[in-house]
Amino acid sequence: MTPATVETQEELTQAFAIQGLNSWYGSFHALKGVSMTIPEKRVTAIIGPSGCGKSTLIRCLNRINDLIPGFRVEGQIAFKGQNLYDPALDPIQVRLQIGMVFQKPNPFPKSIYDNVAFGPRLCGEKDRSKLDAIVEESLRKAALWGEVKEKLKQSALALSGGQQQRLCIARTLAVGPEVLLLDEPCSALDPIATAKIEELLMDLKKSYTVVLVTHNMQQAARASDYTGFMLLGELVEFALTAKIFTNPTNSRTEAYITGRFG
Amino acid sequence: MQRRFDEELKTLKERLLSMAGLAEQAVGKSVKALVDRDPKLAGFLRNDDAAINQLEVEIEESCLSLMARYQPEAKDLRMVAMIFKIVSDLERVGDQAVNISERTLDLLKEPLLKPLIDIPKMAVLAQQMLKDSLDAFVNQNAELAREVCRRDDEVDHLNDEVYHELLVYMAQDPKTITRAMDLILIGRHLERVADHATNIAEDVYYLVKGTTIKHHLAGN
Repeated sequence: MTPATVETQEELTQAFAIQGLNSWYGSFHALKGVSMTIPEKRVTAIIGPSGCGKSTLIRCLNRINDLIPGFRVEGQIAFKGQNLYDPALDPIQVRLQIGMVFQKPNPFPKSIYDNVAFGPRLCGEKDRSKLDAIVEESLRKAALWGEVKEKLKQSALALSGGQQQRLCIARTLAVGPEVLLLDEPCSALDPIATAKIEELLMDLKKSYTVVLVTHNMQQAARASDYTGFMLLGELVEFALTAKIFTNPTNSRTEAYITGRFG
Repeated sequence: MQRRFDEELKTLKERLLSMAGLAEQAVGKSVKALVDRDPKLAGFLRNDDAAINQLEVEIEESCLSLMARYQPEAKDLRMVAMIFKIVSDLERVGDQAVNISERTLDLLKEPLLKPLIDIPKMAVLAQQMLKDSLDAFVNQNAELAREVCRRDDEVDHLNDEVYHELLVYMAQDPKTITRAMDLILIGRHLERVADHATNIAEDVYYLVKGTTIKHHLAGN
């Protein structure tokens, strides 16, 4: 299969080049020959029914699947030209560069400040004023600063679900990644909190490459620039979001987005 | 909360207004070419129309993309749906301007049949209706929109006068038939411009109020 590339007038720099990606959990063949290029500083959404492999795909992008026993991957993923699965590469460094936010907000049972400062401290940052600056900047980028600046010492667990998820985004940004992977980041949030996260993504893409997995098609339609549709481990179609939602090329994409199956 | 949808909608409205500006100008130029007997100006109208057609296609695509991506509701939905309709009327206005210029080029092959009186009056009325229907859109002014619709009768009435007057010319002297027919058609094209302005005004009323005044179905 040739790599799915996107028809566009834009000059795009590629963040990820994925070529012939196959993966297995034990004997289960989860990804089947996925090839695509994910553009830099854009929001790319991956949609598809449960079990189609969309989470597996983005979890390959920062090697977090390595931690699952029995997981195996074949094929190539290059991040800015560098083979992500190069044995010489430290997966921890990969995950610093390519951060991830999960479905359920998972703040540490610590203060708001300590949540955001956690990563930088782990990386050895001890200077209090530098940490203060990182915490403020990260919270600002995550559109949370205004709501929490007076209560940085309070427990993160006292925040609302939407605030907790933005805190998790801030915590990811604090270690200075280039990519944000978001796996169903809004499925535990109400519509207003969801809208805030979606607006936030539009801001973040000015500085970061964003890859968003969602089973909410409307979210992909609203919040992304490019959309990939996956089914049974295959990437069926990858195109500009407006194209996917007005005139998809593949009949299976059309059937899914119009609600005829899935 | 400022939504991304609002930004895209703002751009869409700006493009609609550019298209409206071009359509208004096209009508103005076509009538000026007729009154001034200016074949060069009449000949230019085709270029203006190409730009209008291009905008129609682009705006339609944007409307569909907005609907597919944001699933707008309530007034947002009416706005996108009405813009989708208004561009069709504006495109037809552009076509009427081209039609007028073609009839003008034909008329210029022969001497003036009679001084133009009612046709320029119709042109002024139709252009003002078009302008006001778009002002009503910009300012979300339902009353102005309703008032534009009422003015359509005046243009229809003038069109009837033009028609009957020219019938007399043709009956008296068959040599006037070509020119009289051209003028009758021009009257009809202007009457159509007023019809399109009326359609736009009806759409604006629906956009603002959520109820229709089309086909005299107004708030009974």
